[in-house]
Amino acid sequence: MNHHYLLPDVSQPGKMGCSLPALDVPPTELPPKELLRQELKLPEVSEVELMRYFAALSKLNYGVDTGFYPLGSCTMKYNPKWHEDIAKLAGFASIHPLQPEESVQGALQLMFELQEYLAEITGMNATSLVPIAGAHGEFTGLLLVKAYQQDRGDKARKKILLTDSSHGTNPASAVMCGFEIGVVASDSEGNVDMKTLESAMNEEVAALTLTMPTTLGLFDPQILEISQLVHERGGLLGADGANLNAFLGRVKFGELGYDYVQLNLHKTFSTPHGGGGPGSGPVCVKEDLADFLPSPLVIKNDGRYKFVSPAKSIGRIANFYGNFGVMCKAYAYIRSLGAAGLKEVSENAVLNANYLKEKLKPYYYLPYDRTCMHEVVLSGRRQKAKGVRTVDIAKRLLDYGLHPPTVYFPLIVDEALMIEPTETESKQTLDAFIEAMKEIARDVEENPEVLHTAPHNTPVRRLDDVRAARNPDLRWQMRD
Amino acid sequence: MTNMMPSPYLPNTDADRRAMLREIGVGSIEELFRDIPEKLCHAQFKLPSPLSEMELKKELSKLANCNVSFDNYACFLGGGSYHHFIPSTVEHVIGRSELYTAYTPYQAEVSQGTLQGTYEYQSLACQLTGMEVSNDGMYDGSTAAAEAAIMACMITKRGKVALSTTVNPTYRDVISTYIKARNFSIGTVELGSSLSSDCACLVAQQPNFFGYLEEMKPHVQKTHDIGALFIAIVDPISLGMFKPPGHYGADIAVADGQALGNPTSCGGPGLGVFTCRQEYLRQMPGRIVGKTVDVEGKPGYVMTMVTREQYIRRERATSNICTSEALMALAAAVYLATLGKRGLRHVAELCYHKAHYAAEEIAKLKGYSLVFSKPFFKEFAIRCPVAPSRINQALFNEDIIGGLDISHIIDNAMLLCVTEMNTKQEMDKLVEILGGF
Repeated sequence: MNHHYLLPDVSQPGKMGCSLPALDVPPTELPPKELLRQELKLPEVSEVELMRYFAALSKLNYGVDTGFYPLGSCTMKYNPKWHEDIAKLAGFASIHPLQPEESVQGALQLMFELQEYLAEITGMNATSLVPIAGAHGEFTGLLLVKAYQQDRGDKARKKILLTDSSHGTNPASAVMCGFEIGVVASDSEGNVDMKTLESAMNEEVAALTLTMPTTLGLFDPQILEISQLVHERGGLLGADGANLNAFLGRVKFGELGYDYVQLNLHKTFSTPHGGGGPGSGPVCVKEDLADFLPSPLVIKNDGRYKFVSPAKSIGRIANFYGNFGVMCKAYAYIRSLGAAGLKEVSENAVLNANYLKEKLKPYYYLPYDRTCMHEVVLSGRRQKAKGVRTVDIAKRLLDYGLHPPTVYFPLIVDEALMIEPTETESKQTLDAFIEAMKEIARDVEENPEVLHTAPHNTPVRRLDDVRAARNPDLRWQMRD
Repeated sequence: MTNMMPSPYLPNTDADRRAMLREIGVGSIEELFRDIPEKLCHAQFKLPSPLSEMELKKELSKLANCNVSFDNYACFLGGGSYHHFIPSTVEHVIGRSELYTAYTPYQAEVSQGTLQGTYEYQSLACQLTGMEVSNDGMYDGSTAAAEAAIMACMITKRGKVALSTTVNPTYRDVISTYIKARNFSIGTVELGSSLSSDCACLVAQQPNFFGYLEEMKPHVQKTHDIGALFIAIVDPISLGMFKPPGHYGADIAVADGQALGNPTSCGGPGLGVFTCRQEYLRQMPGRIVGKTVDVEGKPGYVMTMVTREQYIRRERATSNICTSEALMALAAAVYLATLGKRGLRHVAELCYHKAHYAAEEIAKLKGYSLVFSKPFFKEFAIRCPVAPSRINQALFNEDIIGGLDISHIIDNAMLLCVTEMNTKQEMDKLVEILGGF
């Protein structure tokens, strides 16, 4: 059987995928009929059919364990297997969030120490582990900005500045916090254009959020001038920490002048991405913002750990304490690497990216020809001139059994190809990728058709997005 | 013998690194960091010394063992996180590394596993809730409810959110954070009282925080009468036997999907189930997967309705959500498919009958009573003769995690939760200890 069937296709009345116990107490009266459900249409499948169905699905998927996954800005590094086992220990997985604190001291200790490690790694004073993903962390960071500015009576600051190369979540998060947006341009070197920042940074601006290194994979050497300017004008400087892998164990956001940073444990700290989550997006802050952090934090008092709500907390942003299971894995990662190991991570990530940059720049246009950090942004504009789009290059890479880079982002690079190899890839793997990219560049000249029609040997070929959006088919219905 | 071991996660050898540096044309890795001002480039980090896999596993097992887990203790605690049975199929599917080590499925051709799995999840979420469309999930039940309230404000172009007084208090806090962030306003109302005509929505919970159920149809009708949307927060397991929100006319229905195949895990990862009526599809937050065909006409799946999303629409997106809880949604799909229609109904009925058995036995005890005499599902509030904290301590001494102390809301009250995981023996022991007060 191929994969083109769905659960209702294997469903037959009377089947079930597991066994359940019988009732061991006398049954009670059922509630009034108006409350009761008449019918429940769910598939009925046996365990073996269920497992075969999902096993077949998994074979259609490409993960880090399948091969190279140089998705820029996503830090698709290898996920150590034993970290998964740690999160599954009964003492971590089978505990209830509302248990008495005394009965979960081990979990609280892990959270407390992780708060401390992340503050140390970022050069900040306090950490909230509650944000569940990167964008949730951005939202939290901006609420801190809002609370801080209002607390000191600065109510006119209604604007957040961000750069034209920022992630889409940055402006979306600002709007969710009731802010307006101002955009600061990048200069020809890919750095912040100081002139635009200078004129935009006025008394209406609550904060500048600046990814570092930027989404162009470049470190902005003006960072100290930027933070000084922002602070002089009464603003705060916040970091989207998606690119921390570039200087992990080497540079501290706090020393760059940042007031807060949002991290992605599912990127930098090796927890798997799960096909779109679970993530974890802790926020680390300087002293001035610590009182505003979301509730709760874990503190240590007389050798015991407990939850507290900071004095001027922005309140709750999630039902409990964040994605504890993900925290367990990140904790294991930090403890197994230590300070020196973290530094090796960023060194190898930057080495790998620069190697790719040097080897690929003869074949693809490099818009910013300077040392890159953990990722390199190329442009497919030469190929576009020959009628081949970046999307074609990406799809052709699939034929080589490689996952393509991020494409068409950042928006300020025409036909962008954003390549982030990470430190967990070998030179051999990088060389295979380089060879594929060279062959593709050659095919653009000699055989462009093979690119236009790519991919050829994937489970499905190019899919019709327009049809999907025009005639939404978003679910199956059960037959009677 | 050497003490220096190579890192298992850094596959390049020193020789590889030297060769790469030569190709780049620099003498050392240090030179690659030259854009960073020198004084910022060598920060010191105080972190514990690294340990090997073997040593850390041992240490972390010890740390895990400091926690009291369901392995050794009976649990009667609910209040938003629930100890339900998880069939092994769930772990074995989501543990397949092609699925759990993938990113968001931007490259649909090599992500059909994730995408088709999401399509199954969306379908199952709709079957379960009786709603017309589902997204791929939000962070948890509380943020799903918060984003639902914002969505209602956008749809109705009104800035006021009404919350039933019986919504879980922590949900209320989260919704309030989100609503105020957006500069909208929020207030609580008794279910059944009239709403002011400038309300965007009424948010109600079924079963509510105290565990009991109400006929929702009249409340939905009243909400619709003033042109507002009705948002239901539901317990997904309860839908195995109780009327789903789609049947009583909810416009948006959300739930915490943790109970659907995910461990309690100290509160996360959870899953925010988010479903609504078809007409509001384009105002929905979050990822949505649709079925389509490839160039050869073969069926396949893609992320669709993407013009709602932040990576396309930036500040005009319906939400900032990007990474969510996709793997937990897959777990929910596997859970629902494993149990199927009979299994889910059976689990719901086990919860119902067991909870009622425990409630009836407790109500017979001197000094105890049920706070509400209304139909309930698996949670119920009891009034105790002494402070619940004292009772919980006694239970704890007998290897039982007691109920949620809600004496700050109702005098001497405790919220107990009984699921299919609680045996008659455990309940009898609970009743016996309660009887000692």
